[in-house]
Parts: sequence; C-alpha cells; structure tokens
Amino acid sequence: MSDELALLPGYLAAHLELTLVALGVGTALSVPAGILITRRRAFEAPLLGLASVIQTIPSLALLAIMVPALALASAWLEPRLGISLPAIGALPALVALTLYATLPILRNTVVGIAGVDPAVIEAARGVGMSGREQLLRVELPLALPVVVAGVRTATVWVVGAATLSTPVGATSLGNFIFSGLQTRNFAAVWLGCVASAALALLLDGVVRVLEVGLRERRRGLVAAAAGALAVLGAGAGFECFAARGAAAGAVTVGSKTFTEQYVLSEILAGVVESRTQRRARAVQSLGSTVLFDALTQNEIDVYVDYSGTLWATLLRRSRLPDDREGVRREVERWLADEHGIAVAAALGFENTYALAVRGAQARELGLESIGDLAPLAPSLEIGGDYEFFVRPEWKAVESAYGLRFRAQRSMDSSLMYEALARGEVDVISAFSTDGRIAALDLRVLADDRRVIPPYDALVLVGARIAREAPDVLAALRRLDGAIDADAMRRMNAAVDRDGRSPGAVAREFLARLD
Amino acid sequence: MIEVRELTRRFGATLAVDRLSFDVARGELLVLLGRSGCGKTTTLKMVNRLVEPSAGVVRIGGEETARVPGHLLRRRIGYCFQQVGLFPHLCVAENVGVTPTLLGWDAGRIRRRVDELLELVELDPARFRERRPDSLSGGQQQRVGLARALAGEPEVVLLDEPFGALDPLTRDRLQRRLQEIRAQLGLSVLFVTHDMVEAVLLGDRIAVLEAGALVQLGTPRELLRRPANEAVAELMATPRRHAEVVARFLADPDASP
Repeated sequence: MSDELALLPGYLAAHLELTLVALGVGTALSVPAGILITRRRAFEAPLLGLASVIQTIPSLALLAIMVPALALASAWLEPRLGISLPAIGALPALVALTLYATLPILRNTVVGIAGVDPAVIEAARGVGMSGREQLLRVELPLALPVVVAGVRTATVWVVGAATLSTPVGATSLGNFIFSGLQTRNFAAVWLGCVASAALALLLDGVVRVLEVGLRERRRGLVAAAAGALAVLGAGAGFECFAARGAAAGAVTVGSKTFTEQYVLSEILAGVVESRTQRRARAVQSLGSTVLFDALTQNEIDVYVDYSGTLWATLLRRSRLPDDREGVRREVERWLADEHGIAVAAALGFENTYALAVRGAQARELGLESIGDLAPLAPSLEIGGDYEFFVRPEWKAVESAYGLRFRAQRSMDSSLMYEALARGEVDVISAFSTDGRIAALDLRVLADDRRVIPPYDALVLVGARIAREAPDVLAALRRLDGAIDADAMRRMNAAVDRDGRSPGAVAREFLARLD
Repeated sequence: MIEVRELTRRFGATLAVDRLSFDVARGELLVLLGRSGCGKTTTLKMVNRLVEPSAGVVRIGGEETARVPGHLLRRRIGYCFQQVGLFPHLCVAENVGVTPTLLGWDAGRIRRRVDELLELVELDPARFRERRPDSLSGGQQQRVGLARALAGEPEVVLLDEPFGALDPLTRDRLQRRLQEIRAQLGLSVLFVTHDMVEAVLLGDRIAVLEAGALVQLGTPRELLRRPANEAVAELMATPRRHAEVVARFLADPDASP
C-alpha cells in the first residue's frame, strides 16, 4: 500500500489538472456556443445535436479514438503549419474530456439565457441597451447560476471519465484502477475509486458553493469558491509542473496492461537509472495498439514487445519462418528498416499465446494438443482477452485446426484464468508465462501444427534514443538473456498470487542482477 | 414633439396598426385608449422602435427616428411598462441609473440624479438605494420603474399601463405624482391604458383606437360630450357613470344609488 500512497499526490494532481483544464476549455467553448444558439436559432439543432451525439459515445471509446484522430490531425498539420501534436498522453485525454464536458454547459447556457424573464429583456431594450450590452449586463449575469449548474454536472462527469484516460497515456487516478485490476491489487483499485469519488465530491461541493453564491448574490461565497478552485488549480499545476520538470529528459518506458509488462517496465526503468546518468519514468497501462505507435513517434522510448505479436500484427507475412531465431531476425530487420527501432535485448523467455484448459479435464479427456481439442470444441466455451479474437494468430489457429467453439467470450485478461479454473469457460487464450497456469492447475495445449508464432520478449528502443543515447542502449543490452521463462513466471506469480507490487518485484530482480 | 404619420404594422396577415397619424405637443400627455388587442401597445413600441414599423414615419423633435440606431434612440426616450421588468440582479440605485450609465455619465452625476429621482417618486434614497427589486412591493417597483424611465433626462416618455397592477389607493397617489412630475419637468408623454377613468383623469387629449385604426382624437371633454360613434360612447359610459354616482352622493348624502 505504501507504494501506492507514494503515487497518490502525483496521480491526484494530474487528475485534478486534467479535470480543471477540460472544464475550463469546455466552458470557454460551450458558453459562446450557447450564446450563439440563443442569437441564431438555426445553430440550435446542429450544435446541441453534435454535443448530444458526443455524449452518447462511451467515454472509454471517446478517449481511445482521440489517439488515431490526433495522429491524423498531426499528420495533416505538420507539413502545412509545422505543428506536430502528441497523440498519446495528456492531449488526447484533454480533447476527449473537453468534448465530454460540453453538453451540460452548452445546454444550461441556452436554457439559462432563454429563461430570463421576457419583461426584463424588454426593459433592457427599453432603457437603450445594445444587443451586446443586453447580453453582458443582463442576460449572462442572470443566466450565470444556471450555467454554473451545468458546469457542476460536467465536473462530476469529467472527474469520473478522467479515470479512463490511463490507456491513452495520461496519468490520472485511473492508473491505480487499471494497474490494480491487472495485478489483482484491489487495495490500489479501491484507492483509485475512493480518491476519484472524493475528488468528485470536493469539486462538486466547491462548484455548488459558487452556484449558490451566484444565485443568492452572496459575494463572500462566490469569492470563497473561486478562491478554492484557484488554490486547487495552482496546487495541481505546481505538482504537475514539478513532475514534468523531473520527467524532462527522462527515458520513458511504456507498458501494456498486464502484470508481466508492469514488472518489465519497472525493470527497464531501473536498469536505465542505475546504469546511465539518466532518469527514467514508466508510463503504464497503455493500450497495446497505442504503444507501438507511441514508440514510432518517440513519445515513449522503450518497451517490451513480443516477436510473434509484431510478426503477426505488423509484418503481416504469411509464411512463418522455421524457428524462433528466424522470426526474431526478420522482425528485427523490419523494425530497423521501417522505423529505425533498435532491439536492445531479447530477454530470454517467450510469452506465447497458448490455449489452456483445466488440468483435471485435460487428464480426463486426454488432451495434449490443440489438435485433440478440435473434435470437442462444439461443446466447449472459449474465453479470450479483449484483442485475442480479432488477432491474426487466433484466425490462423481457428482455420488450421478447424476450431468451432460453442461460444466465445471476451473478458479482461486478469479474470480469464480464474474463470477457467471455476469452469465458467472451458478454454482460454492464456499467456504462457502467467504464474496462474501452475497455481490454478491449468494445462497449456501444444501447438502441434506450429501455427502460433514464437513470442520472444524483445526490448524495443525508439529511433531517437537508438540514435542519440548509446549509453541507454548499452545499459539495456545487459538484460539480454537475463530473464528465463521460469524467472518471469515466478515474478508474475509474486504479483498475481502473492499480492506484491510490480515495483517491489522489479527491485528484487535488479538487486540480483549485479 | 412627437409626430406620427401613416404608421402601419403588419404581423403576418394581421394588420395590427393601420395608417395611424397623430401629434403629441411639447408638455402634452396623450392617452392611447382602446380594448386589448386594438394596437395601442404596438403603436407605442413603434415610437421607440421596440417594434419596427412596416410603413410610416415617426419624428421626435423633428428628427426621423428611423435614422437613429434603435438603442441610441431609446436612451433618449423614457419607457415604462406594466410588468416593469426591474433588473433582479441590480439594486434600486443601479436600476434607476442604468440609462445614465449607458449614456456615459460620471458616477457623481449618476448618484445625484438617482437620489433626485427616488425623492421625486417618494422613495427615501437612504432606505431604498441598496434594496433589491424582489424586496419591494408592487407599488414601490412601479415607482422605481418610473424613476428609471426618467433617469436619462428624456423629453419624451412612453408609459404602457404603468399603474395597471396596483391597488386603487396606490394608483391614485402615483397618478397624481405623475401629473406633478411631468408639469415640473415639462415632459411630453404618450400613455397607453384601457382604463377609461384613468384616461379621462390624466389625458390632455385621448386617442381612441379600434382594430389598429384611429376612431376619435380629442380632449376628454370632447369625447364625453361628442363621442364619434357608439363604441366611443360606450367607452366613455364608465367614467360618466362613476362621476354621476359620486356627484349624487356629494349633492345628497341620503340618496340611494
């Protein structure tokens, strides 16, 4: 827990900063748009409609599509204006959260202005106010409490949605939740939930005081609420500024969203810090599609990917080389040629996709290989992680073995193993290094037709670091062959089964490394 | 002071005001009298261009109102209507001072003018300056509204049933106050009402409207003695009956009505 508590101020500040900036920008966009609607009714249907449509997009999806959307925007802007936008990190989260904040503020601005007593409007015109004076001196002041009530609704939404910005690379309290769910650290999940709920209540309370102050024209309350927001904003800004200062020039290590990746990212960061003069920082829980793009754009510098994954999803070649080395060489060459990415080390283990069944069932039915499974498949149910069933590896396995399962269910990879052990599914897409395979008496089936490619764990180094930082490359080379499958499985089990933190497990490994 | 010529307003197919012409002399109070929907409020609002005329001309002090931007025109014309529409977020002093503020007067001049007007409408400035509109009675709100209409030192004032929602005693006091104020300031007033007694009491002259057209324009005496048609006679029957009943009581305290 102490590991998590140490992270709390940073996560909290980042979460608060995301929320306040999104609300600020959202308000700055929505209020003028709302005013426009009250002046030109023709804009009402398109603007309110657009805001409503955005609202219906699930927030997780809205955040995720900002990554390719920003990449596209950046690709368009860069040759024309010389502006390049980071597609992962705070920016996509901010854009998505800002869009998310618009609807309640926009709607309340329109309702607030439309709700001003017509007699007051007539009086405003009658005393000789121009349209602008009428808006600024009468309509906006009278609509303000309603607008602020909209901001209050948006505040609660945005604090909640901000917890989902972890997979696009923005730090938030969601980091506790995402990593906690993956590593079965429920204390961290709770911490993330409680902290974000508390933050939502706090901000809601402050904005409520502002709203009441405006409605009842109590200057003291308005000043107190505005002061509290300013203090919160300044505190978060300062903390984030300090964190950014500390991170500037640091080597950024990325990780996907499962235990092994958390442990490895901590190990890579530790190696960089102990063997070079540089600082390193881990950006965890990135979506696996986001990661490779981030590496090619030098938004992260280092992460671990698997030769088979790269081979299947990026190289898209039909003929599988005969051996593990062949795949690795082909992938390495492609990475260097296409993206200038260097492979600093092969860690020494494979983490392959594998189909796993319950040990007892395997013994009872005599299941040894995927081929043995095929005739039984129509009566069985298979579970896979979110991406498994759309991955080319699955398509290849499915057609090579003629597998037709009764049902297939996507679930979080952290839940698959126990779902299998409890009999809720019969087959899962396991990762071969997962500690729970042994712990829960599961059986990995052999790929007798060699359809699934080898999955050597490779340390990928982005083009910029590969070019400019030979010390980092050299430090990471030390990890070549340093972790065998058993060692990796033990480290995963230490987190998943024994409830230790990935950081602690990584520190133990690093202590033994020298 | 106010010249209205062939003033016309159509709302879609409806003709709300039909080629109306009349003058208001300097210092005169002209009442526009008629039933609801006869076009009197629309006529009033075309004078300060809260409603734009479909056709016709309005001149104030010889200047055609269509040549002045609407909001600048309205700063020179006092305007007060039945719902008053005090600005709920501003105190009494800010409400009264709004037109002078728009005219760019300095703060000291505005403060003096506000106090002067509050006294004129019989509200003690010391007690009322800082009050919010929602803490005032209906009569007090009407008086603040009247003070606001007069704040920019207008020569022309438009009043649309300004005393409509008041109890009879308050209405009577304010009607008399209005007569004193306009005599004191030499205001030219266009006054809309559907209350025949009020029209007879306040009007130097009365213009009777029916379906957007002028039926008769004359002094109260002329309208009472020589109504142009049945409708005018009917309108004038009410003040006549009031007067007769009251006169009978005054002449013989024991007579029954």
